[in-house]
Amino acid sequence: MEMGKSRVIALLAVASIVATACSSSSVSPSPAAQSAAANPSTGASSAASAPAASAPVVGTSPTPNIDTTVYTRATTLYTSGKQWGAPSTWNPLDPNAAMGVVGLQYETLFLYDPLKDVYTPWLAQSGTWDSAKTTYTIKVRSGVKWSDGTALTADDVAFTIAMAKNPVVGSNLWTSGGVTAADATDASTVVVKFTNPAYQEWAQWIYNSPIVPKAIFTAKNTADLFKFTNESGVGTGPYLYKLHADDRMVWVKNPNWWATAALQLNVQPQTIVDIVNSSNNVALGQLIQGGLDLDNNYLPGIAQVVAGGYGITTYFPGAPYMLPGNTAVLVPNTLKKPLDDPAFRKALAMSINVDDIVVKDYGNVVSKADATGLLPIFSKYVDTAQRDSLGVSFNTAKAKAALAAAGYKTGADGFVTNKDGSAIKLNLEVPDGWSDWMAAENLIAASAKLSGININPTHPDFNTVVADRNRVDATTPPKFDLIINNDVQVGNTPWTWYDYVFRQPLQVGAAENRNFESYSNKDAWALVQKLDNTPIEDLATMKTITSQLQKIQLTDMPIIPLWYNGAWSQVNNSVWTNWPSDKGNQVIPATWNGYWQMNAILMLTQIKAVAKP
Amino acid sequence: MRRYFGRKLLTYSITFFVAATIDWMIPRFMPGDPVASLVAKQAGLSSAGATALVQYYNDLFGFQKPIIVQFFDFWAKLLQGDLGLSVYGHGRPVVESIMGALPFTLALLIPAILLSWWAGNSFGAMAARRKWMDNAVLPVGYILTATPYMWLGIVLAFVLGFSLRIFPMSGGYGFNLEPTLSWEFFTDLVAHWIMPFMSLFLVMFGGWAIGMRNMVIYELESDYSRYLEALGAPQGLVRKYAFRNAMLPQITGLALQLGVIIGGQLVTEIVFAYPGIGSLLFNAIKSEDYFLLQGIFLFIIIGTLVANFIVDVAYVIVDPRTRVGMRGGTA
Repeated sequence: MEMGKSRVIALLAVASIVATACSSSSVSPSPAAQSAAANPSTGASSAASAPAASAPVVGTSPTPNIDTTVYTRATTLYTSGKQWGAPSTWNPLDPNAAMGVVGLQYETLFLYDPLKDVYTPWLAQSGTWDSAKTTYTIKVRSGVKWSDGTALTADDVAFTIAMAKNPVVGSNLWTSGGVTAADATDASTVVVKFTNPAYQEWAQWIYNSPIVPKAIFTAKNTADLFKFTNESGVGTGPYLYKLHADDRMVWVKNPNWWATAALQLNVQPQTIVDIVNSSNNVALGQLIQGGLDLDNNYLPGIAQVVAGGYGITTYFPGAPYMLPGNTAVLVPNTLKKPLDDPAFRKALAMSINVDDIVVKDYGNVVSKADATGLLPIFSKYVDTAQRDSLGVSFNTAKAKAALAAAGYKTGADGFVTNKDGSAIKLNLEVPDGWSDWMAAENLIAASAKLSGININPTHPDFNTVVADRNRVDATTPPKFDLIINNDVQVGNTPWTWYDYVFRQPLQVGAAENRNFESYSNKDAWALVQKLDNTPIEDLATMKTITSQLQKIQLTDMPIIPLWYNGAWSQVNNSVWTNWPSDKGNQVIPATWNGYWQMNAILMLTQIKAVAKP
Repeated sequence: MRRYFGRKLLTYSITFFVAATIDWMIPRFMPGDPVASLVAKQAGLSSAGATALVQYYNDLFGFQKPIIVQFFDFWAKLLQGDLGLSVYGHGRPVVESIMGALPFTLALLIPAILLSWWAGNSFGAMAARRKWMDNAVLPVGYILTATPYMWLGIVLAFVLGFSLRIFPMSGGYGFNLEPTLSWEFFTDLVAHWIMPFMSLFLVMFGGWAIGMRNMVIYELESDYSRYLEALGAPQGLVRKYAFRNAMLPQITGLALQLGVIIGGQLVTEIVFAYPGIGSLLFNAIKSEDYFLLQGIFLFIIIGTLVANFIVDVAYVIVDPRTRVGMRGGTA
């Protein structure tokens, strides 16, 4: 080999790389150059070619934007936060459906506003109980069209309700829900008959469950329902499937959305690109650079970013910045000593300095939870006088006194011991990589130590936490001592929270998702069922029942509420403005499953483009 | 010749069987139940919904079957080119997931490895020859090769992506584009490719240059070089032989690098959110996706074996001693 020649070539190679870099960079980030031509089906990816073939040109007035392959920045909304992996199914009945399938594409009978506790008729014109409160009549809105041009009818609604009988759909509508019949009596009326109606769950169903087209889903309504991925499906909503790739989901505006004529609502973005979550640094970079308009991830240090002059805002301009999204609770394993003792659990609750976590760990983007654990939207159900007398708060001296009074003696190492004299060491597990919770568990351990409770903070991987948490069978106690959990999200009824805390009988195996603490109290469970069977209008009865449940919870302390995790949301105002805020449009700005139908869809009609296209 | 390759092929087949079996076993020794974790991530499911989902996933992935049946199923399907369904993809075929990510990884790593190998070897060999170049290449090479990929990636992303905004910081192509055969799409693809490529190229370049420089110096000091010099052979000839001998370990190194190429460059792809096999592997591990993990490792196994086979062939061509050995002679 001749060395002189190779050196020249090597230098040329490096030079060419640098040259390519420079030339390409000047072209790339210019989404403004919109090509109105080009058929996307020439694309290399199979993902892109499929939808192009059936590029949904609906009705008689296709907009020119539908066939573009470069999205104009000024009319495109970039979101992120819901999708933790490649979009894989667009079946609205599958809980893993891609971002927006329910909400943007498929719609529900009602919208529910959790901030004001109001149900708005959506695909339904109205829904009413008869005087005996055992028959519910739904009037289906006229003029609503599926994206294939056919009309939405009462048949579709009755069929969707009947589909809940399919075990795959995973609904208890036809079992504990009390539904006995759902019939379309004419083109726009559905009559649903109940015995012992679960009013709270039904109220949840009408705003949470998407209505699907009977013509398409009849053949799919089998045990293999979820094998139907329904790419480019037929919905009623304001957006149509455009394409997906492993790192994105793209929706394009449905020009014939019914609500434009019926309710004068107009969704502003022509295109919505939802970006699959990557690492925090990438998301933060995209948000600050304006590559992302709405981000629904927990980004550490967001308070500094908001103050940093990048045009990033949150729902509240200052602490706690976010609306509460769920309650983070400390779950003790009540089948193990000493956590089976309510007195010990109460002392544990008194030993934890939650304010410290709010400030040091979260920098005030969360707030301390109410002693009842109920989210602020449910504050009207809190029996405040009872809470103030029975509830506990952080107090090291009281915690020590409570432990001593309950018979826990302090050992030589300064930690309290079991009543039989054996050492207490409680393992607290949070999933590895959940950095905010990992910091929190250290603060919990440090705080409990002051009261003499020995907590060992650990962070195994997520799968181990789940394996340790779940009951293997009805008799073996699960492995964990303490975990942190936040599974109950914002919703329409406090019943969800009490179902989570008191659920009976105890579930076992992989499907376990309630009562992780294995707390068994028949009276409490009877009250939870009674609450479910109370009409949502009967606020007085609901309050009476929830007050009784709060008494049990505050006395026995089956779980320990810690703080309200935020409905994480940060927005960039450079392309879109007029975002939800406490001063303006009061909507939870979230793209997660279940939030579109909790009024987040209205956010898309409220935001304003900064530049006119 | 045929005996030589026949023996090699047999070795490779056995290696493949053992490796694939271990590949099948390892994820199943990981703690936890992937279906339980999948369902646990679905906060807000009704209890009936959770039960239905567990049932559905267990049927879908065949986790209800006895473990030995799962093993035979694995081989039966593997021989038909079916790697199963991805848990992370909620039932998407593994082959589809891998094929979607493969082009990005190959387009990133093949140029990075080949160009850095070639440029690194050239610079290294030159450095061994000239003192002033050696003084320059050696420290730069050491710094580059000691740089963690991830750190260099973050620095590049911060300086070129965030501060100067020359290159996009993340992704395989712009989120405002649809994949088409257009100039616009192509340039965008290249712009997203540059930074991950550079972070890989620079680090690898340093390693190859140092290796080659040391090898050439070692060979120039060896007995045969001294002997050639003593015989009065021209400097060029001595260097040529030294270079050819120094190349052999570099070829092996190259083959090994190309073999594991399928695994992608995990950290680089994560730093730049580049949608290649590395990112996929990372997600597969996080979500305890037996099938996806298994599928990716299988590709790595096959890649390594194929690359080794190519090295065997290359050695026959490059190293005359191998040819002699094959005929049963001694060098």
